[in-house]
Amino acid sequence: MSKSTRKLVNKKGLRVDGRKIDELRPIKITVGVLSNADGSAYIEQGKNKILAAVYGPGEVHPRHLAQPDRAILRCRYHMAPFSVEERKSPAPSRRETELSKVIREALESTIFLDQYPRTSIDLFIEVLQADGGTRCAGINVASLALADAGVPMRDLVVACAAGKADGHIVLDINDIEDKEGEADVPVALMPNLNAITLLQMDGLLTPEEFEQALNLAIEGCKQIYALQKETLKAKYIVIKEEVEVE
Amino acid sequence: MPILYEKRQLVTPGELLAEGNYTAGSNTYREGKRIHASRLGLINYEDKTVYVVALNAFYVPSVGDLVIGKVVDVNINNWIVDINAPYPAVLRASDVLSRFKPQRDELSRIFDAGDIILAEIVAYDRTRDPLLTVREPGLGKVHRGQVVRITPTKIPRVIGRKGSMINLLKSETGCKITVGQNGLILVDGRNPEDEKLAIMAIRKVELESHTSGLTDRLARIIRKAKGGEVSN
Repeated sequence: MSKSTRKLVNKKGLRVDGRKIDELRPIKITVGVLSNADGSAYIEQGKNKILAAVYGPGEVHPRHLAQPDRAILRCRYHMAPFSVEERKSPAPSRRETELSKVIREALESTIFLDQYPRTSIDLFIEVLQADGGTRCAGINVASLALADAGVPMRDLVVACAAGKADGHIVLDINDIEDKEGEADVPVALMPNLNAITLLQMDGLLTPEEFEQALNLAIEGCKQIYALQKETLKAKYIVIKEEVEVE
Repeated sequence: MPILYEKRQLVTPGELLAEGNYTAGSNTYREGKRIHASRLGLINYEDKTVYVVALNAFYVPSVGDLVIGKVVDVNINNWIVDINAPYPAVLRASDVLSRFKPQRDELSRIFDAGDIILAEIVAYDRTRDPLLTVREPGLGKVHRGQVVRITPTKIPRVIGRKGSMINLLKSETGCKITVGQNGLILVDGRNPEDEKLAIMAIRKVELESHTSGLTDRLARIIRKAKGGEVSN
């Protein structure tokens, strides 16, 4: 593999975007941004901009996909043609199909699917601008969109990646670190139940480094979880405050 | 161990609500000895039961519920009705016509696609779609008025304690208001202005359902709006 000469972590221990090795990118989340979907959320994580929308539970189309004992979760992860530097074909790529599957599997275990048999819950994740770590950011918004839609859930799902760049284990890797770094470990978990729902690794890490990366990613997840909770509550607390001022 | 929150606190899905000898009420679930929330809402408890009043949810049919629905399909011997639930509802022709003959009776003459009907759920379980009836006084086709859609979980708030809120809305706006348990509300007034006022008030209840002193505040707002109309 050809390595670029660019330093991913400088002598002061700062990364290409000026972050410390265990620092998250700035995150901004909004819930209920779309009025036509049953639930929706929007996230900006660094330069990532992702929108998620949920429909359902509702009738399954086509009919034969319906399961007699549970609801089905269908997920579409899609990148807009303008989300990356070089125009991306709007047709779903191999990578998008795979991410749709892993995101669906990361969220499936949190939803009480058995409560609504013969229905489907449709989840759409639209990446408007990508800068590395979109599957994690996608899971973060998607779980908020599901909560906004009123889908009963065991827990919110939070996701965050850790990786290795220039020999350092770093948190929440961006596009450059993903492409030029040594490894990427995305993790999704249900923070209250302490259960991991997604764990992948790309690149090379020793068992010790892997454990270090996993623990760092879990720490990152916990920070994002606090933000998710705050965002969900914010919508209603604002209304309450407005009313009390009147 | 006690319950971890005070009454009427906002909780998010997954949050640990209580630990120990408690019963999991609506919108919560039990994991060993722990009770977690399963929806965003306000926590509440009575005796040993912990439950969450959800801020947003969809309608789940329940036998005996009065619902407002829209006819979406007319078949040979039944109608398919959209009742704002995960499942489509069925209204049988034999429920409306006492001697129904598919060869003779044209069902679209009774209810056609697009009609709004008031109905009651007579049967529903997880293996079967909800079954409706219109064989009760006051049920059947809706001929006039406007339908407002709100989150079904807020229907109890629109009715209020012992009907306090709904009676206020009725008397202050002079509209006939029929509340469907599925989140659809039929507002029928003498003129469009009254209906507009009632709809505004219902929307406000939906938006501010989690705040206190809502009934009194709403009474003031409606009176003010009406006062404004008179003086103009």
